[in-house]
Amino acid sequence: MNSEYDLIVIGGGSAGLASAISAFDNGVKSILLIEKNKELGGILNQCIHNGFGLHTFKEELTGPEYAFRYIEEVKKRNIECLLDTLVIGVSPSKVVTISSPKYGITNIKAKAIVNACGCNERTYGQIMIPGDRPNGVFTAGLAQKYLNIDGYLVGKKVYILGSGDIGLIMARRMTLEGAKVIGVSELMPYSNGLNRNIVQCLNDYDIPLHLSNTVTKIIGKERLEAIETCDVDENLKPILSTKKRIECDTLLLSVGLYPFSPLIFNAGASQYVKTKGAFVDQNLETTLEGVFSCGNVLHVHDLVDFVSEESAKAGKCAADYILNRRGKLNKTIYTNALDNVSYLLPNMIKIYSNLEEVTFSFRVKKPMQKATIFIKDGEKLIKKITKFDLVPSEMVKVSLKNINFLEYEEIDFLIEETK
Amino acid sequence: MEKEMICICCPRGCHLLYKDGEISGFSCLRGKEYGLQEAVAPKRVVTSTFKVNSSKINVLPCKTSGPIPKEKIFLVMDEINKISVDLPIKMNQVLIKDVLSLGVDIIATKEQD
Repeated sequence: MNSEYDLIVIGGGSAGLASAISAFDNGVKSILLIEKNKELGGILNQCIHNGFGLHTFKEELTGPEYAFRYIEEVKKRNIECLLDTLVIGVSPSKVVTISSPKYGITNIKAKAIVNACGCNERTYGQIMIPGDRPNGVFTAGLAQKYLNIDGYLVGKKVYILGSGDIGLIMARRMTLEGAKVIGVSELMPYSNGLNRNIVQCLNDYDIPLHLSNTVTKIIGKERLEAIETCDVDENLKPILSTKKRIECDTLLLSVGLYPFSPLIFNAGASQYVKTKGAFVDQNLETTLEGVFSCGNVLHVHDLVDFVSEESAKAGKCAADYILNRRGKLNKTIYTNALDNVSYLLPNMIKIYSNLEEVTFSFRVKKPMQKATIFIKDGEKLIKKITKFDLVPSEMVKVSLKNINFLEYEEIDFLIEETK
Repeated sequence: MEKEMICICCPRGCHLLYKDGEISGFSCLRGKEYGLQEAVAPKRVVTSTFKVNSSKINVLPCKTSGPIPKEKIFLVMDEINKISVDLPIKMNQVLIKDVLSLGVDIIATKEQD
């Protein structure tokens, strides 16, 4: 290990692997990839179900297979990987402090950093379910790790709160391993998981999905004994007359993921309140020069293919920064997520002299069968696009090209539902 | 016969309609094939883990090399749960050849030295 690198990539999952490969292919040879686990691949290693890679490889792979392809590419390029190592600090001058059994606590200097350390699951502390705090309540991803990596089934009679994809995948997985999955509750009137997962994970195994329903109480002394569920009204308040007691020994929570990376915020990068990830420009560069952010630590993606795509871009942009290939910066304009847009990335557009195209990613606030997306600068209309079947669980991408960004002061996204 | 389905080939989740041997609503060839198959005899790829004889790890992931009839899923799971192999394991190593004479193998989906 050296004391200085051109690029340090934090995180060896799908985002970190793709950005390291892309930075290498774009001319940066001095790269250090840091991973906290003993192996590369990140969360893909526990996602043993298939459905990954349809965009990237045009075939259906399991998580470990998808990771394997990228790990092979990293090996081919001899990119230096530091495993079993935690990054415990990043300074504004891009000094990365690591903690590892091999090197102890050490500082490494970088010209650029790609932060690709993924997201966290929301826990039951964050959704504050009343009642006891017994053993037997897990986040779905943790139960998935225990089962798929360690080989332990965490329970026999399971209830699932939240219809996020991990919850649905775990409903099937635990059923296959012999557990009884009683049902899934979803607070919203629509599912947060992909349709295909409702079909192949719930319908295939006759597991009921209760929409507009939630868990209102956890009951149990040592181990979980039962839960109480209630339907909710349009204000998401429980309707007490619909209270039901369900005997179960395990409650899995699939109630959302959120980017979690205090490291770069401690170093001074700005945070985007709506995603809890970094505030970035179209090159995925944060407000801290030379510090990039991509993958689920920036915003939570639906598909790993999109994580890889975004991260490859971050790798390339980091290479452009390191090798001084960026054009002259003429102007910076900001973007705003307005009507029916829950968040919008990038947050700012840095108009370098060679800027050609900007791809925006956003999510809608509510399901809409048909909608018009208005891209405006105040009252000035820049572009209007009609889209069908928009749902909050699917990220939408829109590109702007062949326009003179210098003409604009701000870029606003508004969505109007059309009948 | 008429049957409405949601395609599970990719996250897009197209709404398919099967009517008198014809399928509509798909956006790709995979979806068309899936719809025709799903309407008459649904098939699934099964993914699971198998036991490894090692002090380092307990299990590794595996899958069926192709889709199997839906009603055979639990029988195939029983077969997967009988596997017990030594390391090393190669990517796509065959663990059970032609499981239950279904014409597909159980293969490893991860390497381990």
